Amino acid sequence: MSTPVWIPRKRRNVELAMLFLAILLTVLARVSIELTVNGSVPSSAYTFAVIFAAAAIGAHLAVRFIAPYADPVILPLVVCLNGIGINMIHRIDLARQAANPDRGSLAASQVTWTAVGIIGFIVVLAIVRDHRVLQKYTYTFGFIAIALLLMPLLPVIGQEIRGARLWIHVGPFSFQPGEAAKISLAIFFAGYLVVKRDALALAGKRFAGIDFPRGRDLGPIGLAWLLSLGILVFQRDLGSSLLFFGLFVVVLYVATERPGWVVVGVGLFLGGAYVANLSFSHVQRRVSAWLDPWANPEQNYQIISALYGMAHGGVLGRGWGEGRPEMTPFSFSDFILTSLGEELGLTGLMAILMIYVLIVERGVRIALTCRDAFGKLLAIGLTASLAFQVFVVAGGVTKLIPLTGLTTPFLAHGGSSIVMNWIIMALLLVISHQTRKPAPEVLEFSSDEATQVVKLR
Amino acid sequence: MSSLTLLAIKLGYLAVLWLFVLSSVSVIRTDIFGARTTSPKSKKAKSAKTKPLKKSKRLRGKPKQLIIIDGPNQGQSVPLGTEPILLGRGTDAAIRLNDDYVSTRHTRFATNGEQWFVEDLGSTNGTYIGNQRVSNPVPIAVGVPVRLGKTIVELRP
Repeated sequence: MSTPVWIPRKRRNVELAMLFLAILLTVLARVSIELTVNGSVPSSAYTFAVIFAAAAIGAHLAVRFIAPYADPVILPLVVCLNGIGINMIHRIDLARQAANPDRGSLAASQVTWTAVGIIGFIVVLAIVRDHRVLQKYTYTFGFIAIALLLMPLLPVIGQEIRGARLWIHVGPFSFQPGEAAKISLAIFFAGYLVVKRDALALAGKRFAGIDFPRGRDLGPIGLAWLLSLGILVFQRDLGSSLLFFGLFVVVLYVATERPGWVVVGVGLFLGGAYVANLSFSHVQRRVSAWLDPWANPEQNYQIISALYGMAHGGVLGRGWGEGRPEMTPFSFSDFILTSLGEELGLTGLMAILMIYVLIVERGVRIALTCRDAFGKLLAIGLTASLAFQVFVVAGGVTKLIPLTGLTTPFLAHGGSSIVMNWIIMALLLVISHQTRKPAPEVLEFSSDEATQVVKLR
Repeated sequence: MSSLTLLAIKLGYLAVLWLFVLSSVSVIRTDIFGARTTSPKSKKAKSAKTKPLKKSKRLRGKPKQLIIIDGPNQGQSVPLGTEPILLGRGTDAAIRLNDDYVSTRHTRFATNGEQWFVEDLGSTNGTYIGNQRVSNPVPIAVGVPVRLGKTIVELRP
């Protein structure tokens, strides 16, 4: 018996089998919603099943031909989340349309955006064959990120919706540039820290058992902190500001392997949060809704309704179509997790969180096995952004932390979020393919003379 | 719809959902521990004709000695222990190579207990595996020839 060795394997058929299970879950959910709400399955459900299955299998074929050695579980997990999300939105659609037949279908737009996302996924797989080319454009992506973050503040195209200035409107389309900025920033942080990490890691003082960085090296983290504070102040978006700063601290920590940066980062965050709580009314409202929502039930109706929804669901849930998730405002986007908690119960919600955990685990695994530092940092940055987002949303709607406006990846209704998250998955699969494919074959000695250059004596 | 059917649908859905999660975990499991070369699973991989596997089939086992297979010191060897092995023209080398194309401290072979690595020590002419120059420590398998100057060495079981 020899020791286990790691043999490069494609495992595309495993991926296809898992994908069928994910599609089955989606179709099953749709059928049970229709049976519960309407008592019969309309033909639109079959159309949806065919479109969804075709899109998922299209993504699978793209991976099979473009990145055959990529991780086999990420795609099925993502497809499963996306399918569950569409079904939940469709289920809330049915309830909304029962109350007011004029309401448009949110699920239809979600299906369209999923299709756009999968096309984006395939395009990124096809264009970015090797993630290392992205390193060449480190600063380009840095500027793109800043431009994207500033766009909602521009007078004509920027628009304030529900107190946050996150959106831009061009003609009939609205878009959340923050979602795209997330990817650009992850690329920029990775490319920047690959070059600077030695300076940031090696110099510094030791205090209380932790290596703290030098004062003059604090520049970049200070800049990231100011950037996220700027988002907080000018765009009034608590969630993105937390996400960008968290992303930077995680990538910095991974690049330097110095816990001192985490201490500094958490300290800066706590200081910033404290000051923000003192000076901004929108932050204060969130904090008071978190500490005691029942103090002001009218203002905090949303979170209270969500909490009752989850309690209504219990351990096994009401079942698809049997809860009343539509009572919570934005139950199809910000609060989709509590809607799922109501209908699928604790059991279902845990399964969904497990799916996120597995995606994050695969992302970290890709970063661990990746051979080049840029790929490692990029993979960990993209994964950390997803993990942060899920934590902030799930923590927010369950009243673990103050509620902040971030989208639930792949579940929540919202075009930019779906498309950009599919692109993140494409980038992860590209890195994964580069990592897992067999090393190029070492050629036999064909160039003996060329390798003996200088005679020493 | 009777409430019993709905209950069955609800429980069935949750069961399939968890089946999906658990089957993902089992797919991941094989990835963490790797595939055993002697288990039937790896036979599949063998039939996929992966070149590195073929090589390890030819020469298997733990490396026990480092042998010079070509060059002025051909035939000399050193037993491998846990200590790193230095090759070069200098007096502190494990084998003093009588090769004009080799630097004083040329190459080091070192192990982490499981795997041997070859590392170039800033030599003038470089250390090569095939025509790939070794720039940082590279894991090296049994039977892979490594060139330094006109000398070729390899690990033998």
